[in-house]
Amino acid sequence: MSYTITLTINRVPRTLELDDPRITLLDLLRERLDLPGTKKGCDRGQCGACTILLDGRRVNACLALALSHDGAEILTIEGLAEGEALHPMQQAFIAHDAFQCGFCTPGQIMSAIGLVGEGQTGADPERVREGMSGNLCRCGAYRGITEAVVEAARAMAADGQGRAA
Amino acid sequence: MTDAPPPPAATRTGMGAALRQDSALQHATGAARFTDDLPEPPGTLHAALALSPVAHGRLAPLDLAPARAVPGVVAVLGPAEVPGRNDISPSGKALEKLFAEGLVEHWGQPLALVVAATRDAALAGAAALRPEIAPLPPILSIEAALETGALLMPPQVIERGGWQAALEAAPLQLAGEFRCGGQEHFYLEGQITLAVPGEDGDITLHASTQHPTEVQHIASRVLGCDYNRVTVQCRRMGGGFGGKESNASWIAAAAALAARATGRPVKLRLSRKADMAATGKRHPFLFRWRAGCDAEGRLLALDATLAADGGHSLDLSAGVIFRAVTHALNAYDVPALRVTGLACKTNTVSNTAFRGFGGPQGALLMEDVLFSMARATGRPVDELRERNFAGGPNGAETPYGQKLEGELIRRVWAEARQGADWERRRAAAEAFNAAHPTLRRGLGGFALAFGISFGIMAMNQAGALVHVYTDGSIRLNHGGTEMGQGLFIKIAQVVAEVFGVEVERIRITATSTAEVPNTAPTAASTGSDLNGWAAHQAAGAIRARMAGIAATAWGVPEEEVIFADGHVSAGNHRMRFGELAQLCWAQRVSLSATGFYRTPDIHWDPVAMRGHPFFYFSYGAALAEVLVDTLTGEYRVLRADLVQDCGRSLNPAIDRGQIEGAFLQGQGWLTCEELWWDADGRLRTLGPSTYKIPGSREMPAEFNLRLLADAPARANTIFRSKAVGEPPLLLATCVWNALRDAVGGARLDLPATPERVLAALRAGGA
Repeated sequence: MSYTITLTINRVPRTLELDDPRITLLDLLRERLDLPGTKKGCDRGQCGACTILLDGRRVNACLALALSHDGAEILTIEGLAEGEALHPMQQAFIAHDAFQCGFCTPGQIMSAIGLVGEGQTGADPERVREGMSGNLCRCGAYRGITEAVVEAARAMAADGQGRAA
Repeated sequence: MTDAPPPPAATRTGMGAALRQDSALQHATGAARFTDDLPEPPGTLHAALALSPVAHGRLAPLDLAPARAVPGVVAVLGPAEVPGRNDISPSGKALEKLFAEGLVEHWGQPLALVVAATRDAALAGAAALRPEIAPLPPILSIEAALETGALLMPPQVIERGGWQAALEAAPLQLAGEFRCGGQEHFYLEGQITLAVPGEDGDITLHASTQHPTEVQHIASRVLGCDYNRVTVQCRRMGGGFGGKESNASWIAAAAALAARATGRPVKLRLSRKADMAATGKRHPFLFRWRAGCDAEGRLLALDATLAADGGHSLDLSAGVIFRAVTHALNAYDVPALRVTGLACKTNTVSNTAFRGFGGPQGALLMEDVLFSMARATGRPVDELRERNFAGGPNGAETPYGQKLEGELIRRVWAEARQGADWERRRAAAEAFNAAHPTLRRGLGGFALAFGISFGIMAMNQAGALVHVYTDGSIRLNHGGTEMGQGLFIKIAQVVAEVFGVEVERIRITATSTAEVPNTAPTAASTGSDLNGWAAHQAAGAIRARMAGIAATAWGVPEEEVIFADGHVSAGNHRMRFGELAQLCWAQRVSLSATGFYRTPDIHWDPVAMRGHPFFYFSYGAALAEVLVDTLTGEYRVLRADLVQDCGRSLNPAIDRGQIEGAFLQGQGWLTCEELWWDADGRLRTLGPSTYKIPGSREMPAEFNLRLLADAPARANTIFRSKAVGEPPLLLATCVWNALRDAVGGARLDLPATPERVLAALRAGGA
């Protein structure tokens, strides 16, 4: 049996045929839509490497069934930059060396943008650390990550980008 | 190579520049491709491992039919399907099987590989197998292994002086026992290989590996083919930490076997659960020691046994024990001693390399001795620490015969104390503790001397391959692998320095056994030391040829030709680097060279356990303050102050990241990361929900870090830099000491989880 859903992925509307109701958004993106920027770290919603924005909210794509989100808007790391212009969060991650191996980075960046959109942390490092605690970084680049999020939160507030990208 | 360091940077982006990681933009945009992100060739199959459900037992020949019957399954491979040898031993000194045969020796041991059209079908096939195993009693602890004499190899013993007599004659005699746990690597990118068969038996393995050459060797052994049929390539790993040395090799070999058996590309990507079940971890250790000292707390004699849990097979345990026993005294001097290192055999997954490689465990010993001595003498731990530092009034020679630089130990320690405002804060902590009924502050210090070089002397070699093209662009390849530690940018900086060009002109390329053969793993902190010199040699050979052409063209002596700022010049003569490359081509001069380096001045006698095994030592010191809730045992690291010796840093930005990350990883090992096996030997911590690695909240609230200034390496290292990958992991030992201070100095086994801290508080009456 096949299921038809419509998703807007990185601002492009797509109609998709799913042959299996169990397909997660993560597997859909990585294995069927050639968008491997979103990473599979644990595949059980515990590491945050697969974080995407779903209707502006950050979610673990490995736990979200594609079929449950018919009509949703999805933003992944591949859709953040507009042409050559990087999103302020991407710029801040680069400026603050907020990664080592880079495997968790797409999830960190998407989670950070979601966090800023939630509007609960401002530029307080302590609250940023709390709000980012669902995204693991085994290389331990948390200092750079925290600094990057604080800086980008300020830039986004100044830009009126308080809502997610 | 020249003895003297070159003049200050010939280019803005050469040695010493704080450049960002070479893939920074790719990581931030999701464009960086890890192995699982590579486009799958048409017809790619997927593989899954079938793992043993029991820890120890007699295994009947596995019936593969149930898996073959699963729709979508293409092949099921067990020991009988291995065309070469069913042996994945990295050392070649023991038989270590890819697939269990006759006997299973740990829960999660691979039994077979199922290959199918989809990953789901492969997993279903693996789940359909019904291994018949007659259980045997498992050995699940170091104590049980010691009782039965189950060892993986003969003991490694370092002795000096008349330790027995010195121990008996010592005015104060002490004894202790404690343990530390293992550690799961938890690289965010799990183990993975994509195996792509070519024609006539060729095969290419895209593997997430720290050791492409070992992947090549072990895959060839399993396939029964010459090494030249197997090409191994790795652009980057999503973390390695030692977990992608020998473990990556057998996973890649299994993928290669599947590709050979089916003639189709095969991807083997372990699920997180299978990865944690089937791959080795850091060795847990049990320590038992006796020591003698005088009334002032100067150590006179020591007899210590460091017993490691090696798991069920040898793997890399010999090297881990070597590093544990050579680092058991760390930065301290004990005139007479015996240190015995044992690798115990248990029915658990075979433990393996993990950042520090036995060094972090070895260096715990003296901390326990110092705390016991503090209790016995009534003197502060830090006073005893200083009294027993190697060098100065004490001996500087390690018990295996190599000298430590005592003044550097004292310098990093003094700078860390000063930067941390230690005396004032200790007084403040004491006042806080006196005033507060339930919260306690604890302060702990640590000083480190970490030897740099592989323990196996032959591994201290590296190769590089450099091409200059006629437009002046440069292609760089070397034997080192990139796992986030910034090796690629550092080596590119070395090459930029040699040619006097900006680093952007250098194309960094994937590590490949086809470009640089017979390499060592990227491990033991040696990546930039070894590959930096190899790349320097290759680039230097090309530069010499280019200088010769320029000198002839201009009629000047060769040594007057200078490479800087993207140009080549001599006196009033000047041309762009690319112009000279074009000129060289026109004059039929080769613009390609290999480079080779072997670490000089190192030797080791494994029988006498003496020698000069390390090219040099890396020094560091750290201080931590914790706040403990005495009602629950919960705690936070309030502040950490680190001083790390990086010699003349090749790239301070990269080094700072390495130091921070290593410290936090060490803190995780010592505090929150607990592996837990049940009574049947099943690992029950199989994911991030049950195995707790440090998150953003575990980072010390105040985290101060300094690179030791004006301390170029005395050994002739690449641009007088020092290795940085592993040493700062050990600095996290100060967190253990701070917790121990908070619990009143009582025994505190590791990891020091809140439960253990609470138990220690109760035991210590603090």
